[in-house]
Amino acid sequence: MSGSTWSVAMAVLRRVMIQTFKNPAIIIPSLAFPLVFLVAFAGGLSTVADVPGFSFKGGYTAFQFVFVFLQMAAFGGIFTGYRIAEDYESGFVRRLLIAAPRSRGIIIGFVLSGLARFALTGVLLWAIALLAGMTVLGSPLQIAAIWLLAALLCIASTLWVAGLAFRFQSVDIGSFMQTPIFVLLFLAPVYVPLALLTGWLKIAASANPITAILDASRGFISGEQTKVALAFGLAALLTLLMALWAALQLRRAQRGVA
Amino acid sequence: MSSASQLALISRRSVSRTFRQPVLVVPVILFPLILLAVNAAGLASVTELPGFPTDRYINFAIVVCFVQGALFAAITAGTELASDIQSGFADRLALTPARRWAVLAGATAGGASIAVFGSVIYLAIGVIFGVQFDTGALGALVLLALAIYTALAFAGIGAWLAVATGSPQAVQGVFPLLFVLLFLSTMNLPLDFIQKQWFRTIAEWNPLSYLIDGMRGLVIGGWDAATLLPAIAVATAIMFITFAGAARSLRRRVQRT
Repeated sequence: MSGSTWSVAMAVLRRVMIQTFKNPAIIIPSLAFPLVFLVAFAGGLSTVADVPGFSFKGGYTAFQFVFVFLQMAAFGGIFTGYRIAEDYESGFVRRLLIAAPRSRGIIIGFVLSGLARFALTGVLLWAIALLAGMTVLGSPLQIAAIWLLAALLCIASTLWVAGLAFRFQSVDIGSFMQTPIFVLLFLAPVYVPLALLTGWLKIAASANPITAILDASRGFISGEQTKVALAFGLAALLTLLMALWAALQLRRAQRGVA
Repeated sequence: MSSASQLALISRRSVSRTFRQPVLVVPVILFPLILLAVNAAGLASVTELPGFPTDRYINFAIVVCFVQGALFAAITAGTELASDIQSGFADRLALTPARRWAVLAGATAGGASIAVFGSVIYLAIGVIFGVQFDTGALGALVLLALAIYTALAFAGIGAWLAVATGSPQAVQGVFPLLFVLLFLSTMNLPLDFIQKQWFRTIAEWNPLSYLIDGMRGLVIGGWDAATLLPAIAVATAIMFITFAGAARSLRRRVQRT
């Protein structure tokens, strides 16, 4: 990465971080929503662990925590997308596209800010879950692997929404940013393992790339590795495809400015 | 002009304005149905737990759509009324002889009508996908009536928030709180099946649990006054408290103007 690309990326990251810390209301929804899901799913549905055939070494809280953590990673990207769209509406991104010597740095800066936001909320979520007594049977390396998978998911979702923001240049596209990600996440085995799903959801979950990422992450937290290569392969592929999408839309946006 | 005519005029404006914006209508219909589809398939295995009240989870989950639709109605109604306040339309209306209750009820009619429209669709989809009513066709009609009554009551929440704050953003900001309240209820499991005591206590005190259980009783369990009457009582209490609060806030707002 050239020096000018890096300096653009750092400038974007610094700006987003300053905005975030100056206005805590920006960060609260990214933490509050996953927490609600964690409370509702791990607390309200703990009986699901008694369903015949359900066996997860880490307990139901850990089982649900992994889903909520990955959801938080994906939504970290979505909230960054809102930021880009708002910056477009205020005219900031257009000025940035003209001024930045390397426009690639703009995307990298937004991806880094999505990751920074996710890291902040992710640490808080882990702390809350551990304080609430969540069982973690995985090794530190396996926990690091969960973070890495989640980070890849965060990058992929940031690139998806960045592409949408560059294309539509309006916050009105907000629901289109989150709905596909929301649907993709909920078409995975959220409440019970894949083996206990039946009907159309089992077919959808089997074809859903998020399922492998979720299963591998659940395997890591319970210390029983599963689908590791598949999960990392799919996460990397998703990230690559989304990077191409975002780069194409950025080029399109640049042509619009020129 | 009679109060009924005032109500009809303001309601007509609110309903047509709301239905002209697909962005207000589509999520109310779509999101509860997506959640129903995912939950009915994802939690189907909980029906294998000994003592679970039904062998098809969709029978258990269908009523959540109606309550969720009513929550959306509250926010839509509130947002539209707050927009009227922000644009000055409500102030101009206050200069006319229109009655305050007609202004409030009429302005929230758009949101409430979306919930009515949604309730009919949820019921139809439920029946198409094999939801069986232990109370028969009459039970289905009573469920529809209770859902509409709940939606009207929840529109009062939106109205109160709108008049008190005068800001559509503030009204929308309350939506996550209502959403949280829904997730902390008996929406996914019966109270007896909730193992964590703290969650069970919250669900037990949560008014939405009474509404859900009352509606659910009509689908599974048969006619039971012990679940139906508390649901009607909760909806009535919400309606009276919120519309009274909204009327008081409106009076203050008019005096200030």
